Amino acid sequence: MDYIDKKTLQRSAQQEKDEFVTAIFSLIVENESGVLSRVIGLFAGRGYNIESLTVAPVDDGGRKSRINILTSGTPMVINQIKEQLDRQVPVYRVVNLCRQGPYVARELALIKVVSKGSERAEALTLADAFRAQVVDASIDSLVFELTGKTEKINAFVDLLRSLGLVELSRTGIAAIGRGRHTI
Amino acid sequence: MTNIELNKADHSQIGESVQTMTGAEVLLQVLVDMGVDVIFGYPGGAVLPIYDALFQQDRIRHILTRHEQAAVHAAEAYARSTGKVGVALVTSGPGATNTVTGLVDALMDSIPLVCISGQVFSNLIGNDAFQEADTVGITRAATKFNYLIKDKDKLAGKIREAFYIARSGRPGPVLIDIPKDLMINTAPYQKQVIKEHPSYKPVVEPNHQAIVDAVRAMKKAKRPLFYTGGGIINSGPKASKNLRALVQMSGFPCTSTLMGLGAYPASDKQFLGMLGMHGTYEANLATHGCDVLVALGARFDDRVTGSVKDFSPNSLKIHADIDPSQINKIVLVDIPIVGDVSRTIELMIEEWNKNPEPVDQHALDTWWKQINEWRSIDCLRYTQNNAAGATIKPQHAIRRLHELVSKRGKEAYVSTEVGQHQMWAAQYFPFESPNHFMTSGGLGTMGYGLPAAVGTQVAHPQGLVIDIAGEASTMMNIQELATIKQYRLPVKIFILNNRYMGMVRQWQELIHGGRYSESYSDSLPDFVKLAESFGIKGLRAQTIDDLDAVITEMLDEPGPVLVEIQVEKEENCFPMIPAGAPHNQILLGADSKA
Repeated sequence: MDYIDKKTLQRSAQQEKDEFVTAIFSLIVENESGVLSRVIGLFAGRGYNIESLTVAPVDDGGRKSRINILTSGTPMVINQIKEQLDRQVPVYRVVNLCRQGPYVARELALIKVVSKGSERAEALTLADAFRAQVVDASIDSLVFELTGKTEKINAFVDLLRSLGLVELSRTGIAAIGRGRHTI
Repeated sequence: MTNIELNKADHSQIGESVQTMTGAEVLLQVLVDMGVDVIFGYPGGAVLPIYDALFQQDRIRHILTRHEQAAVHAAEAYARSTGKVGVALVTSGPGATNTVTGLVDALMDSIPLVCISGQVFSNLIGNDAFQEADTVGITRAATKFNYLIKDKDKLAGKIREAFYIARSGRPGPVLIDIPKDLMINTAPYQKQVIKEHPSYKPVVEPNHQAIVDAVRAMKKAKRPLFYTGGGIINSGPKASKNLRALVQMSGFPCTSTLMGLGAYPASDKQFLGMLGMHGTYEANLATHGCDVLVALGARFDDRVTGSVKDFSPNSLKIHADIDPSQINKIVLVDIPIVGDVSRTIELMIEEWNKNPEPVDQHALDTWWKQINEWRSIDCLRYTQNNAAGATIKPQHAIRRLHELVSKRGKEAYVSTEVGQHQMWAAQYFPFESPNHFMTSGGLGTMGYGLPAAVGTQVAHPQGLVIDIAGEASTMMNIQELATIKQYRLPVKIFILNNRYMGMVRQWQELIHGGRYSESYSDSLPDFVKLAESFGIKGLRAQTIDDLDAVITEMLDEPGPVLVEIQVEKEENCFPMIPAGAPHNQILLGADSKA
């Protein structure tokens, strides 16, 4: 039967493409107690991984919040995560930004370096190159604030490690689709 | 009730002046508004205001179970056997934690349920107060939705919302946690109808193109099969009627999951019996060999699929489900249909009639010929020795029970516990209509059957309700004999006693080298004396000579009866597909003609 053979072939082709892909889920949820734990509990309960998570209210009345979740898995798992998130009662909308189209994703990091002398000077030069702000300074320490793509923050942090990086605090990504498209 | 009917509810009362009463009275008034006539529960400190309000009214009946788990199971069975929402009422802390098993059971089997739990006073929450537990936290993964009501102004609205969420879309349990002060203080009551929820909008209407594609594939099929599940029963009696029409107009064979039994009449020649781990030979081989599999309200549970990669390997798969997250979760499907299954079948029938293409009758005849060959193996055959003093085969006990019930022209409501007897009940006690089989499918909860019989009998006071049980499961909620006695529920408890946790023993025999680790039920009670001590009639059949007389006496007795049938100790449940094996590696019992 022609109809069946074509479909069956498509399915087996799909099954072979089981490599991991990255997904950024953006959720609009009711801003109520328990909603975040319901969402992340779903990840824990079903064995999905969360690589980063951000959440904050996004409308004036504080009735809705936006959650951004960076995760990865096989296409089948990513699809399951979307459907499982979508059926949660307090979830208004779920979008996988990686699939929807172009998007921007940014992260904020606070990076503390404890160093003196030439290393301190080098850290300040690097910060200048990366456009990181100094938000705290003492005789032997600096705290930089850096906003940007995750890769940019990773690059900066890697360079600082040799200069005495001691502490790192990162937000995880906030992401939004490019262009007129909204969720 | 479907979402559509719910939305059509009377709007004329909106805007009626706000009445003020205590929160407990508001709760009961809303329950009455939602059509609730009976609730199952257990009192305690944090819900005493509700129990006081219950005492002072006569519109809602309260059934006192002897354990909160049993209250939830009873409410589940009430829901399964009526299609209405079941309601359970429990106190804070231990009352609420005791409901967890029941809630997960309802979640797995998509049973519409509202569980109301009391919570300590608002100002004590978080203080580790007496009988305080983080009920919402504990039951979050056990419910479709749950919440702690903090605002007395939202009490009535939130309770209505709980009912809406429990029964719309894919049904499930909803827990609402109410602090004691909200029950005592006055709260506004407004007679308003929840029309929809801002963020929760289940899809009911299926995509028409998917229906067209599905019917096109079905008409082209040479070896088609319907695979139906509990979704048909959850969707309401109309879904079962539609299913019958579709199956008969197509001439295709139909198999069912454990949860779906009764949706399609078991006596019909197009019905192949249950599929899956203990399904029939013909249903499983048809599943393995079909070229178009039409899954309706079924979710490809691992007890059905066995080895997923070998499951129905050469078929085009059509999957209709109201919950989009079930599509492609386990088995990749070719034609997904999201929506109410009753509506889906209705549209399939319309499309079938519109589509001029005839089915390939020759191929279908060949397919039936093959199926009938598989059928002739008679996979459920057993040999009962009828000589005096012979041991009773458990299969025979259930078959005779069914025959003697049918003779009276009655269709019984059957609940089961979990284990071998459950599978034998599914195999040897055929159902002709939906809502008659109450069994714990997804979670497999031992101890489900006795409280489920309570809930079913309360829902159908005139109905014949039989709990087909094993002795080990019975021990798990044995306290409910007191409930049965108190409310004079004429439940028949039919215990197949083999002195083993039978299914555990069967797996130990087949997989663990016959090492019966802890599966022998030592120190069992004398069930007849046990029943008598509760004031319930007890009967026992020790050999084949007693069997019919005992069943007849049980059915003749107007009140509750506990029957102990002593059965063959080491009988196994066949056919069986070993966990993880494909369907064509099905094991048959020694008596089948294979």
